[in-house]
Amino acid sequence: MKTDDLIGLLGRSFEREPVRSSGMTRRLGLAVAVGAAGALGLALAVLGLRPGLMQGRPLLFLAFKLAFAAAVGGLAIRYLARVARPGGESRVHLGIAALPFVVVAALAGASLATMPRAHWHGQISGHAWLECLVSIPLIAVVPFAVVTWAVRRFGAPTDLVRAGALVGLAAGAVSAVGYSLHCMDDTVPFVAVWYGGTIALCTLAGAVLGPRLLRW
Amino acid sequence: MGTDARAFVLPLGGRESARDEPARDEAVRGESARLAAVSPAERELRGLLVASLAGSAVDYRRFLERLGSHLRAYYKGKLVRSGRADTEAEDLVQETLMVIHTRRHTYDVTQPVTPWIHAIARYKLIDHLRHTRSAAANVPVEDAGVLLVQGDHVAAESSLDVERLLALLPLKMRNAIRSTKVDGLSTAEAAARAGMSETAIKVSVHRGLKALAKRVGGTVR
Repeated sequence: MKTDDLIGLLGRSFEREPVRSSGMTRRLGLAVAVGAAGALGLALAVLGLRPGLMQGRPLLFLAFKLAFAAAVGGLAIRYLARVARPGGESRVHLGIAALPFVVVAALAGASLATMPRAHWHGQISGHAWLECLVSIPLIAVVPFAVVTWAVRRFGAPTDLVRAGALVGLAAGAVSAVGYSLHCMDDTVPFVAVWYGGTIALCTLAGAVLGPRLLRW
Repeated sequence: MGTDARAFVLPLGGRESARDEPARDEAVRGESARLAAVSPAERELRGLLVASLAGSAVDYRRFLERLGSHLRAYYKGKLVRSGRADTEAEDLVQETLMVIHTRRHTYDVTQPVTPWIHAIARYKLIDHLRHTRSAAANVPVEDAGVLLVQGDHVAAESSLDVERLLALLPLKMRNAIRSTKVDGLSTAEAAARAGMSETAIKVSVHRGLKALAKRVGGTVR
């Protein structure tokens, strides 16, 4: 086909549907919300709600876990909306996206520093570190799929590694919200290591899968 | 991305600072500095695209035409530098125009337009080079025998030889190779001429060249 013919064709297509609304943040935010609903449903159906979640210490730690996940997820959506546009990777600062991890790690360090060394193992590994390690990445598959679909559908990322990493980060954060409703461990070091670690793992998986899944 | 975008034929807009502007009214200075720093390509393309997105189909067509010629220059320059035929450039121009059309909603109207176009053009170029690399890398290995046994004097007869060799191929492969390699058409144009799909043309050319290389190697060795 001659390029001029193609331009004519695209011009006619434009006449039929001249303006497409943008709203990248809204669309991706919506996808993350749908993924979050899926993750919550999955966590409650498979793992179940923690008994006595609404009492003192468990409630306090639920709020802490949710705040961590919300900070990570919020930054992930913010940067994902940028990286989903061509050339948007220049406006993405992965260092800022890592800030919540740094803050929680610092809090964990401070908390451990106030305790005798003998308690450290219990503080870090908690009751169910293995369950956390397995659950968060597995639950994250649902939001990961939804957000990947949305980026493919509405976006056009030109840095697929970063875009994939941010999809993984958002999915991990949303998954952590779901798992926190079941999680029995109430220590800051546990959250730093197992929540932070598994979300980082999801991010890494996203960075590896991005170039394959997000190609356009 | 600063230095990278600057290498693009469309100069980056809106990034230069207003350092050397004489002191004037603050607002006027800011505005004029912005306009002075913005490249002509940025101003033209952005104006057309913004008008298009406001609903003007005429401006949109004009935008695509101007964009097409910028992209052609960009891809030809890049492909020559990486040792590719510039007929591939037209395929890339068309593909990029198509994705810019289908992904036009990813343009953020508050941002300059040339970095957006550059990012897409560069992405498609890298994608293209990556996916044709293996095919391109195959050819020299098979051609090595041909290259080594041919002397300089053979070049003068080459077009005759090409016709003779092409006659050995099935009609489909012969036409595909003649269109793309002898007449210099792009894959898309060759596909239109033969009434075949682009993929079918590429496959025919690939298989035909392979068969030819074999044939030439066989008769000479």
